[in-house]
Amino acid sequence: MESHEIGLTIRGGTKVYPGTVALNDVSFDLHMGAVNVLVGENGAGKSTMMKIVAGVEPLTDGRMELFGEPVDFRDKNAAARAGIGIVFQELNLFPNMSVAENIFVGREITRAGVDIDLDAQRALTRKVLDRLEHGNIDPDMPVGDLRIGQQQIIEIAKSLVEDARILILDEPTSALSSAEVEILFRVIHELKKDGVGIVYISHRLEELVRIGDYITVLRDGEVTGARSMEGIDLGWIVRNMIGGASKDFPKTDVLAFGPEVFRAEGLALPRMGGGFSVDNVSLSVRAGEILGIYGLMGAGRSEIFECIMAQHPHSKGRIYVEGREVREKTVAGRIGRGIALIPENRKRDGLVDILSIRENITLSSLKDFTKVFHMNLAAEAKAAAEFVKELSIKIVSLENPVSSLSGGNQQKVVVSKALMTRPKVLLMDEPSRGIDIGAKAEMFRTMRRLTAEGLGIIFVTSDLEEVMALSDRIAVMADGRISAEFDASDVTSEQIVAASTPGKATDTTGNPEETAA
Amino acid sequence: MNSATAKPSAQESGSSAALLVILKARTFIALILVFTFFAFAAPNFLSASNMVIMSKHVALNAFLAIGMTFVIITGGIDLSVGSIVGLCGMVAGWLVLNGIDIGLGWTIQFNTIEIMLLVILVGLFIGLINGLLITKLNVAPFIATLGMLYVARGAALLSSDGRTFPNLNGNPEYGNDSFYLIGAGDFLGIPISIWMLIAVGLGAAYVAKRTPLGRHIYAVGGNEKGAGLSGVQVDRVKIAVYVFSGFCAALVGLIISSQLVASHPATGNTFELNAIAAAVLGGTSMSGGRGKIAGTIIGAFVIGILSDGLVMMGVSAFWQTVIKGLVIIAAVVVDQAQQKLQARVVLQQQAALSK
Repeated sequence: MESHEIGLTIRGGTKVYPGTVALNDVSFDLHMGAVNVLVGENGAGKSTMMKIVAGVEPLTDGRMELFGEPVDFRDKNAAARAGIGIVFQELNLFPNMSVAENIFVGREITRAGVDIDLDAQRALTRKVLDRLEHGNIDPDMPVGDLRIGQQQIIEIAKSLVEDARILILDEPTSALSSAEVEILFRVIHELKKDGVGIVYISHRLEELVRIGDYITVLRDGEVTGARSMEGIDLGWIVRNMIGGASKDFPKTDVLAFGPEVFRAEGLALPRMGGGFSVDNVSLSVRAGEILGIYGLMGAGRSEIFECIMAQHPHSKGRIYVEGREVREKTVAGRIGRGIALIPENRKRDGLVDILSIRENITLSSLKDFTKVFHMNLAAEAKAAAEFVKELSIKIVSLENPVSSLSGGNQQKVVVSKALMTRPKVLLMDEPSRGIDIGAKAEMFRTMRRLTAEGLGIIFVTSDLEEVMALSDRIAVMADGRISAEFDASDVTSEQIVAASTPGKATDTTGNPEETAA
Repeated sequence: MNSATAKPSAQESGSSAALLVILKARTFIALILVFTFFAFAAPNFLSASNMVIMSKHVALNAFLAIGMTFVIITGGIDLSVGSIVGLCGMVAGWLVLNGIDIGLGWTIQFNTIEIMLLVILVGLFIGLINGLLITKLNVAPFIATLGMLYVARGAALLSSDGRTFPNLNGNPEYGNDSFYLIGAGDFLGIPISIWMLIAVGLGAAYVAKRTPLGRHIYAVGGNEKGAGLSGVQVDRVKIAVYVFSGFCAALVGLIISSQLVASHPATGNTFELNAIAAAVLGGTSMSGGRGKIAGTIIGAFVIGILSDGLVMMGVSAFWQTVIKGLVIIAAVVVDQAQQKLQARVVLQQQAALSK
């Protein structure tokens, strides 16, 4: 294996937050012209370490050297001037500003320092989007109108126009479909050839093995393994990450499924500018069954859930719960009929950040504790505490704001809220997004347990392995339609990928030109 | 304030916890400070008659501030309350003086209770229009209620051509000669308007804490989309808070016209700003999701006692305005410090748990 120059080193790096040691005496070498992979469970210190490299946070102790020179970035701008770019895990975009404005925010191309050169920005935006194979995104389109996957592409584009020597990608693929991931990997490959040092953080281990050149594993703020990627397998990574336990999906107990609990017929959602985001979709799920919906970004997966949850007044189609048609037009009405949604974007759609954990858990089921208009707070707290225990949510107090929890625990709060409404069918949109392996495995076990109790689950994912391992039945979507349905026991990943590819080309962005039949 | 008992156990976190308690109770502490200061500095401040007069002044602002608190918690604002006060006062005056002329030479006269109900109905109706504009027609709360500020004020002026309705003494034959009692009467030595404030304040605090509507108000302000997806009927909640705000304004209109035994169309001018100030002083966050009725009432008392006390000390009205402004700004600065500290304490607890 060729040797790579070391661009940045950390020695004895320690970062202490009030009450917690995020990094404890870590050493880290960043190789130029290579992909340096960083893994670890949530809270292991990956993001903290990268924030230090990018100048967002200072080291409490220890030193950092860039090409042999000791550096101490005062802020993100100082790091950016030194050629370090970072794509954060959370999207940092301005929804009301255009794609081009977002990409150049803070470093606008100007004439004479005042007048923004829109044409130049547009042209460069087009160039970088072409490079990311998303040339069909209009640079003048507001970012808020893009799907999450596309927004993530914009976030990556932002760092590409910076011409960074060191590029940090913190979970860039968490919202990307496999085709989009392929594009990203091709771009990474090019950057590598240009000598850029890349740090790549991801929870998807297969990805790491594929593109990594060097790997550093973190556990509880300490480096538990660091070496070149050669000869490394998943087992080694997982052992270093969680110390022995292995990643496993709970096995499907082949039970006889119950009667059909949920059916949707002819769901259709017109898209702005013609065509359909959801095009005549029918699906059903039986009690105890998990139906996995797999599809690329823009295939219309989330929109199906939005239609079922009464988010689009102009959508068409009928839905039935336990054979009876659901005519309720409000979210509350549909929740009352036994449909519960776990949204894709926890922070935006799932939680009320400012409210306490208790208030979040019970928000959808307050009437259970209410007589006429009087709420029984003791009963409410008791019910919330039961769910905290049942889903083993790690909390100090039910009264703390929900924003103080980690991603995995927040997700459990959202799940608790949904379960408290005693649903008959649970709609889960990317249930494992942004949570660590341990929490994921727990989430999957919970899903299995729930179906064993007679719930029907429909979940949407862009993770191929997840959909194959977890589903009883798989529906694959492309272009707003269900292109194929498989029994999960005898399907290959090739079949699924083939079905998810829209007929004409690997168009992943949901090209509006696709017209309905 | 009960966490003071936990202080001796852990010295380190105890000190920040104690600080947090102080910060949380800051409006209350400010009230005590202001009160003690004037008790010494202003002559006659502690006399019973002064207390009654002052509490009557404070009550007017407190009503509006209670209504405003709910509106602000949902993330909105109601600029129209001052004008609703004016219009409702005019409606009350009109009803006392003229009744309703239904044509045909007939006029319906109302007794005091009926007048109160009708005036309250007007307040509710204006609030409903505010709510419908904001939810169904998607007008920003600031703009919708700003428009209503002008419309209601204009309507109040039109009702009398800008003149005052004087001598609202009523007529014993119609049963409305007791109209003056709303503002001037008392029960057990405490003015009726204060009893009304106690009732509305307790009712509002109860709704906020122990009813689904109250919870939904906070949820809508914290994350409107998330609340909607959790089954909260966002539009209904929003309409409810504007209707309630209109209700509070109508009460104030009634009380003022009864106290003065006259109604003037310019009554209530800029009252909305005092109401917002009291809510903010009481810890209500302008970005929504956070606020308490008790805090707002205390905030109203701080502002009220401050201005009355300064008057009694003979401080110039110009300085009073400056001081009021400084107090409001200081309150928000301290509020920010509290939020920061609170978040840190919670994160420390959470971090200690995951060790």
